[in-house]
Amino acid sequence: MNAPLKSQPLNISRRTFIKATALIAGGLVIAFTIPQAKRFLMPGAKPEATGDESKKLPAPNAFLRVGTDNTVTVMLAHSEMGQGIWTTLPMLIAEELDADWSKIKVEHASAAPDYAHTAYGMQITGGSSTTWSEFDRYRQAGALTRAILISAAAQQLDVSVESLKTENGFVISGDQKISYGDLAEAATKIETPKAVTLKDPKDWKVIGKATKRLDGAEKINGTAIFGQDIHFDGLMTAMVVRSPVFGGSVRKFDASAAKQIKGVHKVVQIPTGVAVIADNYWAAKKGRDALKVDWDLGPNAGLDSKALLADFRKKAASPGLNAAKAGDSKVAMAKAEKFVEAEYTLPYLAHSPMEPLNCTVKIDTDTCEIWTGTQMQTTDQQAAAKILGLKPEQIKIHTQFLGGGFGRRANPAADFVSEAVHVAKAAEMPVKTVWSREDDVKGGYYRPMYLHKAKIGLDNNGMPAAWEHVAVGQSIIVGTPFEAFMIKDGIDATSVEGTADSPYLKSVPHYQVSLHTAKTGIPVLWWRSVGHSHTAFVMESLIDELAHTAKKDPLEYRRALLKDHPRHLAALNLAAEKAEWHKPLPKGVFRGIAVHESFGSFVAQVAEVSVEKGEVKVHRMVSAIDCGLAVNPDSLKAQMESSISFGLGAAMQSEITFKDGMVEQSNFHDYQVMRMAAMPKVEVFIVPSTEKMGGVGEPGLPPVAPAVTNAIFAATGKRIRTLPIGNQLV
Amino acid sequence: MITLNINGKEQQLEASDDMPILWALRDVLHLTGTKFGCGMAQCGACTVHLDGQAIRSCVTPIAAAVGKKITTIEAMQNNEVGQAVQAAWSEIDVVQCGYCQSGQIMAATALLATNKQPTDADIDAAMSGNICRCGTYPRIRAAIHVAATKLS
Ligand code: FES
Ligand code: FES
Repeated sequence: MNAPLKSQPLNISRRTFIKATALIAGGLVIAFTIPQAKRFLMPGAKPEATGDESKKLPAPNAFLRVGTDNTVTVMLAHSEMGQGIWTTLPMLIAEELDADWSKIKVEHASAAPDYAHTAYGMQITGGSSTTWSEFDRYRQAGALTRAILISAAAQQLDVSVESLKTENGFVISGDQKISYGDLAEAATKIETPKAVTLKDPKDWKVIGKATKRLDGAEKINGTAIFGQDIHFDGLMTAMVVRSPVFGGSVRKFDASAAKQIKGVHKVVQIPTGVAVIADNYWAAKKGRDALKVDWDLGPNAGLDSKALLADFRKKAASPGLNAAKAGDSKVAMAKAEKFVEAEYTLPYLAHSPMEPLNCTVKIDTDTCEIWTGTQMQTTDQQAAAKILGLKPEQIKIHTQFLGGGFGRRANPAADFVSEAVHVAKAAEMPVKTVWSREDDVKGGYYRPMYLHKAKIGLDNNGMPAAWEHVAVGQSIIVGTPFEAFMIKDGIDATSVEGTADSPYLKSVPHYQVSLHTAKTGIPVLWWRSVGHSHTAFVMESLIDELAHTAKKDPLEYRRALLKDHPRHLAALNLAAEKAEWHKPLPKGVFRGIAVHESFGSFVAQVAEVSVEKGEVKVHRMVSAIDCGLAVNPDSLKAQMESSISFGLGAAMQSEITFKDGMVEQSNFHDYQVMRMAAMPKVEVFIVPSTEKMGGVGEPGLPPVAPAVTNAIFAATGKRIRTLPIGNQLV
Repeated sequence: MITLNINGKEQQLEASDDMPILWALRDVLHLTGTKFGCGMAQCGACTVHLDGQAIRSCVTPIAAAVGKKITTIEAMQNNEVGQAVQAAWSEIDVVQCGYCQSGQIMAATALLATNKQPTDADIDAAMSGNICRCGTYPRIRAAIHVAATKLS
């Protein structure tokens, strides 16, 4: 995972096994996999081929293809969902290959074991992990290909390999040059080298340079194809009516009126409800509106968020399972003179990616093709195979551009893919199952609601001496294949990330963090920044409460507590410097600060906020990140802007609530998200760093809410302990 | 059978009068650049121009477009303002997932067609109906200013 910042010869036979080079479509193909032992395989995942070169490779089994037309096509093992890997991964290959950037083409790879995540062992895009996890593999692919092309050129020119160099898509020998395309065929006869040397970072021309997106043009002129845009002859559109309460089931249904709608072809029952299959969305929707379904609402018909929160509060009255502990917090608490005692709550949240969920399925006798935007090809493939009685390799997944993911399209339960497979199977025709926005808002897999209760005792210097912390909320891991290695002694690591491992606790001699894992019947899932989306709000608010109780400056207070955490400090100091923390602001504007580590990156933010007649206006967010090497600094900045928008919208106004078992929100009028007018000015600064690489898709989010609410406290003296902020100040 | 003028071409289509323009474009004519985001005029992903005005095609039935000109993202490269907007989008590298961007570009083009030098407040007013879940708002704002400068 660590960025090898020194040039080092890689012994490929040891580190990486090269499976094959093969000729496809008149070009050169490189494929290799990381040895099994280096991974933690998901339980149930099929161990992949190890070293058996005769084993037939899935096609196109490769990371790049050099075409005879000089194109270099990069196959992405990960999904492009806005985060920019359509550009960042090709940068890694182009760097080592000395490719001509204008000749780079990009494709989503198929779903195959070769594309398993180098750390997670399955094909997945998430955890802000793509760039660091592919940093070696994609560079190696580029370097190997370059070595092969050089060998081919050396043979052709009858010169030594050492006498050749490469530049911008050419192998150069003195004043002669041969394009990579002209070498592509000859290169297929070259044996793949057993070792390759990666460039010394000081020679990098591409890595570290702000690079424009390769998917920009097609996303500007409307030609980019998302799952929603799939069309072929004979393809039908389906909409599913699902139980209004999670866990409900169909008692009976009457499809007679639905079938009268022009364009409706079939109405079929599937495990999740009833599907209307029609010529197009409009007919499917009208058909669905005309359906009469009698539901057995099941065990969750009484779900009510207020009652649920009251239940969480009751649980929090006593400690839960131990998640982290030092010293004896009880004894230490008894000695403290000043205390901060607070309860924090955060609601369920929907991801609401801009593109509503959809999945196209075409089933043939012994294959099934799926077109969708997914972050988790492996589990989707397994789920589809199980439903159809096929083998996973008989399921072809054509990953399309994702109109946003934020975690919703990485569902271990493969909900929207499984459902679409059931629809196509029952309908016996190719079907695109589409969700309306209402289906998406009401369809579950939310960021879980959380309640945190903390009591902190201060010593006579105003520093925390005893810390007792109880959290109550649902686990997103229970019941998934990840349970075996992400839940230890009853503690879901994602429920306590950011609390149990908080750097602040390292300087508290006596603490206890405990967890009650609640069961509610509400489907939950990782939502951009996962556990950090609630823990950072709580921890950074509490630290602010402590600083004010101790009558200390919130920045200086953090600096004191984080003195042994240089990467936190670097981000904190840079943000504070750029925001001119100690300089006065215009009248009525106040600052708040927060810093948090997540996904291996360290982010500090300063919010500038005014509150007028109870209305909160965020004017400016100054952000600093230490993510180690920034491969594409502009893409990093875009992800920080994105995280700020996403986190701020949620902090200000988003929440999913339940009444009588049902979700109360339905569309963007009542599930409110960030819009242009509320978007503050955003400034992003990158800490120059050669530390271990972290992610950038999520770490910008966790500090947003507390930076803003800490500023609100500075402005009004009111501590926001419940999100969303909504109209609490009115 | 209904006749619509889409991107300067008369097109005949078999669809019910109440079908929103969005679905006629996407599902009948397979012009998929115009996106579906909410279906209730809340997100702007489906924005097209009807006689030059930005409208939400998800709530506008095709019957309301008869005799009028529908312009979609697919024709923006033939429009002077559209070209400037697209060039600015590229210069600022606005897009992320890209799903909202057809709608954003249509809304921005309609704004700049009537307001040559929009202020930030004008941009807020014209663009707040267009949601971007990826949060490209700061870049959209910057790109609109760039396009305005280029056009003047
Ligand atoms: S799809 Fe029309 S405004 Fe959202
Ligand atoms: S770019 Fe993804 S929603 Fe706007």
